[in-house]
Amino acid sequence: MRTILYILQKEFIQISRNRLMMGVLFIMPFFQLILLGYAASFEVKNLNIHIVDPDKSSFSSDLISKFSASSYFNVKNLTNSHKLAMEDLEKGKVDLIMEIPKDFEKDFINGEKTNIYLSIDAVNGVKAGLANAYAGMIIKDFNTDIFAKYTGRKISLPIGITWSNWYNKHMVYSTFMVPGILVLLVTMIAVFLTAINIVREKEIGTIEQLNVTPIKKSQFIIGKLFPFLLIAFFELSIGLIIAKLVFNLHYEGSLILVYSFTFVYLFAVLGIGLFISTLSNTQQQAMFIAYFIFVIFILMSGLFTPIESMPVWAQKITWFNPIKYFIEFMRMVLLKGSTFADVKNHFIIIAIYGVILNTLAVWNYRKVSG
Amino acid sequence: MKAFLAFLKKEFYHIWRDPRSLLILIGMPMVQVILFGFAITNEIVDAKIAILDNSKDEVTQEISNKILSSKYFKLFEYLTDKNQIEKSFKKGKIKIAIIFENDFSQKLNRNENPQVQIIADATDPNTATTLINYVSSIVFDYQSKYLKNKSGGLNVVSKMEYNPGLKGVYLFVPGIITVILMLISAMMTSISIAREKEKGTMEILLVSPIKPLMVIVGKVVPYISLALVNAVTILLLGVFVFGLPIRGSLPVLMLEIIIFIITALGLGIFISTKVETQQNALLVSLMGLLLPTIILSGFIYPIESLPEILQYISHIIPAKWFLIILRDIMIKGTEFRFIIKETLILFGMMTFFLIISIKNYKIRLE
Amino acid sequence: MKKDSGNYIVEVENLTKKFGSFIAVDNISFKVKKGEIFGFLGANGAGKTTAMKMLTGLLNPSSGKAIVAGWNVETNPDKVKLNIGYMSQKFSLYDDLRVNENIRLYAGIYGLKRSEIKIKINKLIGELGMENLRKKLVGDLPLGWKQKLAFAISLVHEPPVVFLDEPTSGVDPITRRQFWEMIYKASSEGTTIFVTTHYLDEAEYCTRASIMVDGQIKALDTPENLKNRFEVDNMQEVFVKLARG
Repeated sequence: MRTILYILQKEFIQISRNRLMMGVLFIMPFFQLILLGYAASFEVKNLNIHIVDPDKSSFSSDLISKFSASSYFNVKNLTNSHKLAMEDLEKGKVDLIMEIPKDFEKDFINGEKTNIYLSIDAVNGVKAGLANAYAGMIIKDFNTDIFAKYTGRKISLPIGITWSNWYNKHMVYSTFMVPGILVLLVTMIAVFLTAINIVREKEIGTIEQLNVTPIKKSQFIIGKLFPFLLIAFFELSIGLIIAKLVFNLHYEGSLILVYSFTFVYLFAVLGIGLFISTLSNTQQQAMFIAYFIFVIFILMSGLFTPIESMPVWAQKITWFNPIKYFIEFMRMVLLKGSTFADVKNHFIIIAIYGVILNTLAVWNYRKVSG
Repeated sequence: MKAFLAFLKKEFYHIWRDPRSLLILIGMPMVQVILFGFAITNEIVDAKIAILDNSKDEVTQEISNKILSSKYFKLFEYLTDKNQIEKSFKKGKIKIAIIFENDFSQKLNRNENPQVQIIADATDPNTATTLINYVSSIVFDYQSKYLKNKSGGLNVVSKMEYNPGLKGVYLFVPGIITVILMLISAMMTSISIAREKEKGTMEILLVSPIKPLMVIVGKVVPYISLALVNAVTILLLGVFVFGLPIRGSLPVLMLEIIIFIITALGLGIFISTKVETQQNALLVSLMGLLLPTIILSGFIYPIESLPEILQYISHIIPAKWFLIILRDIMIKGTEFRFIIKETLILFGMMTFFLIISIKNYKIRLE
Repeated sequence: MKKDSGNYIVEVENLTKKFGSFIAVDNISFKVKKGEIFGFLGANGAGKTTAMKMLTGLLNPSSGKAIVAGWNVETNPDKVKLNIGYMSQKFSLYDDLRVNENIRLYAGIYGLKRSEIKIKINKLIGELGMENLRKKLVGDLPLGWKQKLAFAISLVHEPPVVFLDEPTSGVDPITRRQFWEMIYKASSEGTTIFVTTHYLDEAEYCTRASIMVDGQIKALDTPENLKNRFEVDNMQEVFVKLARG
């Protein structure tokens, strides 16, 4: 037991002496959290729209003014040429085109169904989907209005639709992203630094010296992992404070629950770092492997794109992704106030994950070879 | 020249002899493209929905069926009590819930305006917006049959240009090419030059009869090849596996790729003149190049969504301009004359980085 | 099981190490007496380091047996490790730790008590004459100092036997001389020294020396006897004769 203390002392001294490392540990993550919190946004506003209106009726100008009044759209061009509009779309000057057909007003009054055509630049699918949703809602709204105008009744549509947005009333994108980014930062510290730290001892040869001492495998590993466990907790705490102060996050759930889960989670991901270190001989290699694994984990985590939208086989892959569980957990507990009973499975899965990974890593890490 | 060739050979050996890193450098982009291509789409399908139907009459059932038969939704459960909604959300099981009020069809017949209430899990605001729009569109369409002979209705016909399936590949293939080219050209070059410095072998090269400029050229040629191999592999994957179009001119595309690679190499050399160790080269490249490239280039996040100050900063990121060019040529088939401005900016950046890196490098030698 | 080792601190019987079909160490047997300075010589690739790794418990033997400080290296590697000191050719100290911190770390790992560690640090630094360098980072020390410090640290827990793997490679002749003085001093205090080297003049300083060629021990005796047997003036020539077969 005392041996571990000496190793811990050594690790902390070494970390504190490495100025670049200190920067990476204590400045970069917060810089990243703030930057990414603001930047990692799919919030779509001010979409540029080209409206083609050959009808030039009072109906069509009502519709156009609804678009120009909306904060989502910015009417960039108003012509009656389909060709000009397509050119704008191609040059990237506008994000979408709305075409109002000729005889728009006449047809409407005659009780005929009229089509409004939207052409949306869908290279960015997120943007396109939202543009479609926003435009659709404005047009529906307009439709309701003119019904009222036309029929002269107050309640214009037979069925009323109301909607509410729970857990994020003001639809702030950073509320959604910040807990996820926090997960990335904590994971990065745990995986990258653990892996590199152990491989560094291999690279400079000090590990050989340690291997001939009576120090036990478990003591060495705990000595290596514990400092990063503490640092990761520190990062989490500061991150939670920044999220509250800078991004005005409201924590609905229990922070004790968050910390307990983080503990189990770190146990698992530190195991990943350890495992990577057993696979590599140089720091550069460790970096590459860690980076590779990390990229796949992030893509399959649901951070940017909903997991439900993935094909079934891809959803099955995400079952093996610890980051997915942590992000899900954080969003559930921090934003929705889920309780232990709601996230019990998350605990169990990550705990099993941790046991398997650490067993593998320890088994793969050898003091004696051959 | 012979000396230079020998030297060039050595540089290639450095890369070939580390198969693990090589595998990752070539394999990683492919895995990314495949994942993005097959797994990542922005079209929301099968969102789990809970329905609380207080009426259970033919109208509410018809609306429910219409919702459930669309590809966007998948029934998670029928609720019987309002209190269950909160529970369902907290378990993280459903994205959206709809509530029909009681006596729905009677009210509809008596013109009493029955209400459909939609509750969305707005922790993800975009998904919430999209789902609410889907549900309300379905309800809206449904009621048009009650409007018959009263007046015409509006029908929205949307066409997703360039990318009808809202596939992630369209957006991300150009993005991945950009990031990988940056990673290999700038980061690998700076690390490899820093390694020679760290080991002291740089001095040996500099006192050899090879010209200093040639030393640098020799260092970067293997990485140019590697970068090109990667760019072509990703393009081929995109085209043949995911049906990604290259609508514009292929020669122009390759030319732009080469300009960007050289720009990135210039940056890499510049970094290597400023740092002494591999680890620092790595950190500076990661922080100074990779992160801005990912965040500020429009790779993942649309530039318009960035805070204003970051939008200004994004102008000085070469990757931003390259990405605009790539997307225009590949997906939109934009003609060269429409992207002359972007090309010139990129070309200017390339010249700038090359000049300052060579200048800095020479100063170090004197 | 601890074996009463009598006069011997290292006993090796038919020790063999194979890597695939390559035999790195081929059936070697020898004994090292307590208090000896035992030279373990051989060209690069002769199998010295592999043999040393087996004796220090870093590598398991393919066959054969080795008893170090009374413990079998295969069955009780932890006991062996507690009773040996080791210094590798890379002087594996931590460059980013100070002199006193390096000593404290290893003293701690070997289980010295806190009060003992304090005394030990002062004693070692005093003996090495490094009082002024106490708070220096090891990375900033000249190679010679690093090497002396590494040797002192390998003795920090006062082991009965210490293994030195090419301890003097790459240092200047004066430092080498000083280093050997340290070895003599440790030896005179009762520590057995097991040293590999490829400086053959250093073999002259050993009590007994073995010469390894192609995984086998070709000769083992006092330097004096070896020179007489091969009828040459120095160990260099003994070695050349043996290596040529």
